[in-house]
Amino acid sequence: MDLHAAKMIGAGLACIALAGAGNGIGIVFGSYLQGALRNPGAASSQTTNLLLGFALCEATGLYGLVIALIILFT
Amino acid sequence: MAMNPMEQFEVKPILQQPLLHIGGHDIYFTNQALFMCVVVAAVTLFLTLAMSRGRLVPSRTQSMAELSYEFVAGMIRSTTGEDGLVFFPFVFAIFMFVLFSNFLGLIPGAFTVTSQIAVTFALAAVVMLTVIVTGFVVHGLGFFKLFVPKAPFLLLILLVPIEIISFLTRLVSLSVRLFANMLAGHTMLQVFASFVIALGATGGILSLLSITPMFMIIFIGALEMLVAFLQAYVFAILTCIYLNEALHLHEHH
Repeated sequence: MDLHAAKMIGAGLACIALAGAGNGIGIVFGSYLQGALRNPGAASSQTTNLLLGFALCEATGLYGLVIALIILFT
Repeated sequence: MAMNPMEQFEVKPILQQPLLHIGGHDIYFTNQALFMCVVVAAVTLFLTLAMSRGRLVPSRTQSMAELSYEFVAGMIRSTTGEDGLVFFPFVFAIFMFVLFSNFLGLIPGAFTVTSQIAVTFALAAVVMLTVIVTGFVVHGLGFFKLFVPKAPFLLLILLVPIEIISFLTRLVSLSVRLFANMLAGHTMLQVFASFVIALGATGGILSLLSITPMFMIIFIGALEMLVAFLQAYVFAILTCIYLNEALHLHEHH
């Protein structure tokens, strides 16, 4: 197997990290909705935590994407 | 027809002559430096023009400036308490810089300053240095108590290294989060734009299909605006949270 093919496979494998990010974002918003529908009064006070959780979650997937790009373009 | 989606992130010198020579390195005035100047000028212009005729009943631009002020001040109050407001100028400057460079980067043809790891890493380094200096000024050597949570002694053997590692990786995570979000979003826009061109160039009935990635670009563009705001917000609020830890260690305000 030559180096170029191995690089392509490696970059593809690194993108699996995005599956975890997808799961995490689903859990963040799902749990927020569950909590918000049970206690709508407290919902607006938790939007900070919601956005923070979303951004932290999304970032973990993007680390994988950055690794894929590093593999591809170096 | 294959375009390189990473081409938009290339840093190119605008003036061909180097500005300075420092230690054998040539310092060029690049498109990145230009857009950083543009961002700073835009923020300054927006705030000074909006507040130049301060009125009791604010005009539309004045209320935008007041809104951004109140937004950041509220963010600091809710995370660090009233005594965190000393850091308001610092957090506000970081928030406005990141916000404006994210949004200016969305203009087609503009250079995204925050898609360069050098810029985001420098921002994160300034934040972490401020946190460390604040911690030592406020608590002296007691700042090291930050790494010792309330736990049984045997657990501490495990927890202290974890706390230290998590403190040290904040620098990387804070910078890479912003950089990766901007890089991924702009690459995605570019990839879909190349789909439009590739489909349009096939000719015949297939070229009509190029309208579908076009709609995709509009959708992703809207998503990118959300991300542009959200990342500036997250960068600022994480700065506040780290400053809160430096100010108050583990106690709740």
